[in-house]
Amino acid sequence: MTIQLSHYLLLSAVLFSIGAAGVLTRKNLIVIFMALELMMNAVNLSFVAVARYMGDAAGQLIVFFVICVAAAEVAVGLAILIALWRHKGSMHIDTLAAMKW
Amino acid sequence: MYSSTDIIGILPEFLLVITAILVLILDLLDKRGETAGVVPLSLVGFIGAGIVSAFLWDRGGYAFYDMVVADNFTTVFRVLLCFIGAITVLVSPAYLRYRDIRLGEYHPLLIIAVFGMMVMVSAADLLLFFLGVETLSIALYVLACLDRRDSRSTEAALKYLILGAFSTAFLLYGVALLYAVTGFTSYAGIMENLRETTPDPLAVAGIGFLLIGFAFKVAAVPFHFWSPDVYQGAPTPITAFMSVGPKAAAFVALIRVFGIALDGTADVWMDALAIVAALTMTLGNVVALRQQNIKRMLAYSSIAHAGYLLVGIVAGGQRAFAALSFYLVAYALMNLGAFTVAMLVNRRGDGDYQLEDYKGAGFAHPLLGATMAIFMFSLAGIPPTAGFFGKLYLFSAAVEKGYVLLVVIAVLNSALAAYYYLRILGYMYMARPERELKPVPRLGAYTFTLILTSAIILFIGALPAGMLNLLFAALP
Repeated sequence: MTIQLSHYLLLSAVLFSIGAAGVLTRKNLIVIFMALELMMNAVNLSFVAVARYMGDAAGQLIVFFVICVAAAEVAVGLAILIALWRHKGSMHIDTLAAMKW
Repeated sequence: MYSSTDIIGILPEFLLVITAILVLILDLLDKRGETAGVVPLSLVGFIGAGIVSAFLWDRGGYAFYDMVVADNFTTVFRVLLCFIGAITVLVSPAYLRYRDIRLGEYHPLLIIAVFGMMVMVSAADLLLFFLGVETLSIALYVLACLDRRDSRSTEAALKYLILGAFSTAFLLYGVALLYAVTGFTSYAGIMENLRETTPDPLAVAGIGFLLIGFAFKVAAVPFHFWSPDVYQGAPTPITAFMSVGPKAAAFVALIRVFGIALDGTADVWMDALAIVAALTMTLGNVVALRQQNIKRMLAYSSIAHAGYLLVGIVAGGQRAFAALSFYLVAYALMNLGAFTVAMLVNRRGDGDYQLEDYKGAGFAHPLLGATMAIFMFSLAGIPPTAGFFGKLYLFSAAVEKGYVLLVVIAVLNSALAAYYYLRILGYMYMARPERELKPVPRLGAYTFTLILTSAIILFIGALPAGMLNLLFAALP
């Protein structure tokens, strides 16, 4: 069996689902950040696979932009996490419950 | 290399980035961090970029290998975004000093956020749109948590970041799937290659993910739950800014992507979007009824307004898009005005914006009361304000296309919404405060903002046809 485009897209979909499930079910904010990264990188896999399949460099270039943006997002996110730690001394998602409804 | 059309096409964005860098340098020069100069410099940057944008009317076009589109539609919203930026700069300094937030950190981020939104409206490619969204979002995450003494500000920023990044991943996955199907990320390329009414499942999934991403960004039900918390926790000028700016930019992109590029596949997403629109306005209004905090109330009200705006996307066609643009302009003005009042009325001085603060404020502060009445009438859609004509044009465009049930739901919702908007006026003019409340401060910049926004609302309300024709002429 040769590995085709559909296999890459399937793997990407599975990784994306794992990431999304992680964001929705995990309780530790750091783990949620990791799950978010997994979602982004699942998308990157799709882009690279499609670009290779079509012989189009654009998809591979997009991946660089996505990596760059994801890095910036995590940098800001971790900074905010440190601010949260200083306020609450916890990384648990339940610390984010001061405001409801 | 680059032609002059390329440079002219992005001149307003270019000016904003230069302003942001200059503001950063200016802040560095002053070690004490009390740089008052950043406020006028930011203001000049926004006004300059707005004037340059207006100058590009009928002069722009596609630039950078069709990545950027600087048509008249872009021009209108560039001017609107610069206006929103300028108003935010005007109403920020007093609040920032009161909350002890550094002006030199706040202003560059605000300018970069407006830059991101301008990229969103001038993008002709999903990649560039994505970069615009992220530039805006990352700046907003930081802006939301700038009030570091208040743990709610940090909480708001973190909620915003997690759900923002989550939605961005969906948006990006949608882009990737559409790229897999069509081989393009440009709006024009997708439009050319995706015309079938029953496209293949991969494209349907791509459109669905893209729609989820957009629904998060405009805070449509069921992806709205971040917005009340973020609006409540963020510094109030930032709440005002993010209730109008990102919404306008996202709806312009919705028109370009769903209204035009994906119009051929409308059968796939139209019904889903109509249901989302109906749910969004109903939930927004019903929950807003029982809010006691004005920032949360306005947050749910802005969810409801996103529902009305989605009606314009569902209806489709030039008339609906012109009406949608009209509504966006009106909404920006009235919401900025209402939040400016909310910033001023904090009469118990605890930074918790309860409706109780408004009791008896109308007669004690005539100008504040009169302008708040204009904003609330406009939000409720009562003539002769801009908000009334926005709703009228939008709903009549939808009826024309045969979406009668949706419009009936929208009109019933407007009636429901009138209750909580007018309740504030009732508090201001007909209730007595239960205890001694501090007077509302008189500040020149706020007074100017209140008069300016309410005057434009009344002006548009007096001459709505001229405004509509202008927007109609600008449509792509």
